[in-house]
Amino acid sequence: MEIFGIPIQAFLGQLLLGLVNGSFYAMLSLGLAVIFGLLGIVNFAHGALYMIGAYVAWIGMEKFGINYWMSLLLAPLIVGALGVAVERSLLKHLYKIDPIYGLLLTFGLALIAEGVFRDQFGVSGQSYSVPEALSGATNLGFMVLPNYRAWVVFASLAVCLGTWFVIERTRLGAYLRAGTENPALVQAFGINVPVMVMLTYGAGAGLAALAGVLAAPVIQITPLMGSNLIIIVFAVVVIGGMGSILGSILTGLALGLIEGLTKVFYPEASSIVVFVIMAIVLMIRPAGLFGKEK
Amino acid sequence: MSTATTAVRDLSGDLARYSKWALYAGFAILLAAPFIGLYPVFMMTALCFAIFACAFNLLLGFTGLLSFGHAAYLGAAAYATGWLVKEAHLTPELGVLAGTLIAGLCGLVIGLIAIRRQGIYFAMVTLAMAQMIYFVFLQAPFTGGEDGLQGVPRGKLFGLIPLADDRVLYYVVLAVFVAVFLFIIRIVHSPYGQVLKAIRENEPRAISLGYDVDRYKLLAFVLSTMLAGLAGSLKTVVVGFATLSDAHWSLSGEVVLMTLLGGMSTFAGPVIGAFTIIGLQNFLADQVGSWINVIIGVIFVVCVVAFRRGFVGELRAWQQRRNGR
Repeated sequence: MEIFGIPIQAFLGQLLLGLVNGSFYAMLSLGLAVIFGLLGIVNFAHGALYMIGAYVAWIGMEKFGINYWMSLLLAPLIVGALGVAVERSLLKHLYKIDPIYGLLLTFGLALIAEGVFRDQFGVSGQSYSVPEALSGATNLGFMVLPNYRAWVVFASLAVCLGTWFVIERTRLGAYLRAGTENPALVQAFGINVPVMVMLTYGAGAGLAALAGVLAAPVIQITPLMGSNLIIIVFAVVVIGGMGSILGSILTGLALGLIEGLTKVFYPEASSIVVFVIMAIVLMIRPAGLFGKEK
Repeated sequence: MSTATTAVRDLSGDLARYSKWALYAGFAILLAAPFIGLYPVFMMTALCFAIFACAFNLLLGFTGLLSFGHAAYLGAAAYATGWLVKEAHLTPELGVLAGTLIAGLCGLVIGLIAIRRQGIYFAMVTLAMAQMIYFVFLQAPFTGGEDGLQGVPRGKLFGLIPLADDRVLYYVVLAVFVAVFLFIIRIVHSPYGQVLKAIRENEPRAISLGYDVDRYKLLAFVLSTMLAGLAGSLKTVVVGFATLSDAHWSLSGEVVLMTLLGGMSTFAGPVIGAFTIIGLQNFLADQVGSWINVIIGVIFVVCVVAFRRGFVGELRAWQQRRNGR
């Protein structure tokens, strides 16, 4: 069977790979949007946190024999704690000044993290084996579906929708949204806004680390994996607009798919297609697909 | 030196006198550099990055726009000049001119897209577009991919003056640098520069006063990218190669750091910042190896948290406190 002269197995395989990438875009842009909403900081270090998450899983496996499932829990906790420490020691000094300083500070942090991991582990990629329960593939008749990739898409969708539920449908989420609108008023109602801000950054960091652990078995783990990804995620965020959570999830997945399709039909353009779409969206709808004009 | 006097005009008393002497002293050191044992290729590279940082500061310091992808324009011009001089056998001044124009053209296209968003989004859009240019260079046949464009000859200036001698080339680069430095001072103090300042301070107000803000911003962006391109073209002539690292995002970050460290919105700040960072990279690279990026990152963090005015800004603030103003 063929579609547009391309074997359907290869076509669907690339589409699935695109969906996997899209899941990472969705998880990272979600974290970026939540952090930006409450802290007013565009977290350049988000890519580095994702990278650290993957390395924590790898180090856990190599040095301490910690299995994949434990890493899935441990890495977000460790990186989340790191995020809390960073927020308390550095970011909290920046809330009252121009947001570009937040971007610059987190850029510096990303350089530090990358440099340290580069020194420790070199630039060559490390690989992480797929956990046994998810190895192998399922034959669906029209295609062979690698179990782990299906799991990544499923798990990230679950995490994204869970985050959406917490923010849009729970009391905690209501505080968060109120804090985004007017922190002073929320504070006046007796809610400890600084602690909320701290935990939000920690949670965003944890989310990035979780994406890192999920990604570890499907990619090469390198110190630079985060920065290369974060720039694409920035474009995703510009395309989607940071206003809506479901919007960032949808945009992330859709762009992953489009990237996958481009790999099938015109591989040379696959690395730039997201940026081209960003340029087009900016010309037609500057606020982003789901953003509000301010 | 009427423009240099203008540069210090808005300072008063002691400070103005010190600034003027510091400016002359700095210029004297640059003039004498090849004769007092400063390694010419290092000095030329640093001057190129000083031009780059000054161009960047025109945008960040005097217009309030953070472009996070300025390396793309430096890289585009570096490749263009390298290719034109090596493959099309252009003389260096034509190669540099063409490189500068090509960088400005990239700046025009990307500027048109980027100025549709303000503030932090502008930074993200410029970064993303720069990454796109990077990927194009990675795959394009004329850039030599991972190897870069090697062995670009220095040639003869105007077809007459051979630039192979480091000292001759050094004074050419210095002349260009001084011209750019004075040009930026001239722009900032012109009525156009005042409008840019107004946009930096309060964009809605500038709009309400009837200024076509987007056009002013776009022109500033194009000017800045052209000068960044000039820096890249010169650098190719000096070192004889253009590589992917010229267009990489880490260089875009470094130029922000140079400007921030030296003092944004000041004229001399980016120059001091550029010499500091390039100097650090040169002298530390042998000793600390891959830790250089960590050190750069730490300087970044320290600058943002505790040193936002940079060297020149802090000096100025210290003077003003001493004068009891």
